Amino acid sequence: MKRRLFLKSAMAGSAVATAVGAGLLTPSMVFANTADFKAVSDAAAAASAGAGKGSFKFKAPKIAENGAVVPMTVDASKMDGVTNISFFVKENGTPLAASFNLSGAAAGYVSTRIKMGKTSQVEALVTAGGATTKVAQEVKVTIGGCGG
Amino acid sequence: MGKIKLKPKARKGVIGVKALIKHPMETGLRKKKGKIVPANHITHMTVAHNGNVVVDADIGSSVSKDPYFKFNVAGAKGDTIELKYTDNKGKTGSATAKSK
Repeated sequence: MKRRLFLKSAMAGSAVATAVGAGLLTPSMVFANTADFKAVSDAAAAASAGAGKGSFKFKAPKIAENGAVVPMTVDASKMDGVTNISFFVKENGTPLAASFNLSGAAAGYVSTRIKMGKTSQVEALVTAGGATTKVAQEVKVTIGGCGG
Repeated sequence: MGKIKLKPKARKGVIGVKALIKHPMETGLRKKKGKIVPANHITHMTVAHNGNVVVDADIGSSVSKDPYFKFNVAGAKGDTIELKYTDNKGKTGSATAKSK
């Protein structure tokens, strides 16, 4: 398994290198997310660093068998004036998974499913009344039962 | 592409909006037979309640394939919920449903 994985990744890596060298791939194709989203992600990263511990509920599995579908829920309906809920996966290429701006009649509740490359800390950020708070949890990703 | 299931259900003054969008959500990082599968994912989504936007979401490529979302919106039976999305190729999709 190890050997096969190594060969696979080595081949994949060199294929990308040649493709970039040949000018087949522009950077915008390689970086999947748009520049806009990158900026939002960076802003979320900055907000996350200074955020205190939140008093909302964040539900995510401790162990995710399939990293492609990891369900998670933020329930901040007890908090007033929630303006933003973000999901932040530290080890992903672009750490921000999704950011929901809530307004008007929307309650502070979002549930969705995200992809995770590997075991990582997942943070849920909630902005209410201008202040950002977070709740973090580690989600273990075990792909194919090889352990992780 | 662009099939959306939208199910708003009112209960005790709150509408639970469940949405499932059929979308490949390719990150642009995955490879198939050595070739990179081009990125194709939703970047932006809005949900409107009786015409007022209540959720305005920036979605990254790390949201799962055929994304599922659930929101709670204050409202009553019969209110209109509308969902719109845009992907990185500029394609849009929308669905409208009356709350049950």
